[in-house]
Amino acid sequence: MKFLRMRPGYGEQLIAEGDPAIADDEQRLVEEFRRQLDQGMWAAIPTAAADGRREAQMVHAFEEIPQGTGRVIFFPRAAGGAR
Amino acid sequence: MPWIDRRLQARKARRERRAAGLAAAYDPGRERRAEQRARELLKSCVNEEEWAMYRDLGFLRVWGAQSRPQGARELEGVDYAYIVYPHKPIVAYLPQTGQLLNEYCVEFPDETGPYGSPRLPDSDDVLAKWMALKGDERRLISEANLHLPGRQVDTKQVQRDLWRLGQWERERLARAARTAASERSSRRAETADG
Repeated sequence: MKFLRMRPGYGEQLIAEGDPAIADDEQRLVEEFRRQLDQGMWAAIPTAAADGRREAQMVHAFEEIPQGTGRVIFFPRAAGGAR
Repeated sequence: MPWIDRRLQARKARRERRAAGLAAAYDPGRERRAEQRARELLKSCVNEEEWAMYRDLGFLRVWGAQSRPQGARELEGVDYAYIVYPHKPIVAYLPQTGQLLNEYCVEFPDETGPYGSPRLPDSDDVLAKWMALKGDERRLISEANLHLPGRQVDTKQVQRDLWRLGQWERERLARAARTAASERSSRRAETADG
């Protein structure tokens, strides 16, 4: 599983990678996930249905990530724009 | 002269930040490379039609997931959609009539921005809006500042973009029909030859 983060002036950046089935990797991923959320990021998982539809699932905790997920994308949380 | 003093002080501060490793050196190609990476990421997340739409028209249409928008009883059961532009408000509209409903002004500022600006590359901004709309439309809309159409995005431009989208979809359908017809005829010719 890869954790990617959108960065201004850079595009996406690989911030963590590991196999959640391995205890050490899982611990590292859990900690990174929490760190990103603490920094005010939102986390989303892009998904593809069998009929070709593409969707996205927002996740709020590491436990919500479905098994077999290849990548989680972190991006800054939304804020209301110009008033 | 105060203007020159200010420029010199800013230059000195930049040099000190760079020496301390706090700021990246100026790189004129950075934004372009960032946008290229962002486009690849967007392409890998949306479907082929959506990618082609963004590539050709510069915006994405995202269908609304709730056919009962809050606060508008007359819209119950009516399909609605959003036009997602990079770094502009999301515009909600009724595809059947082309009526513009609202502008949802939303940003994704990253204050930790390592290269000065908190703005994501254009395609990352579009992808962030797409994922947030697909994943949790209600939450995104509740975070946005709601305005009537025309506040920030010119309504004439949106109407023109909706017209362009219609044309684009018709051409795509016609192209698909032509391709299917030519495949059918070549299969028929192969069968006749065999």
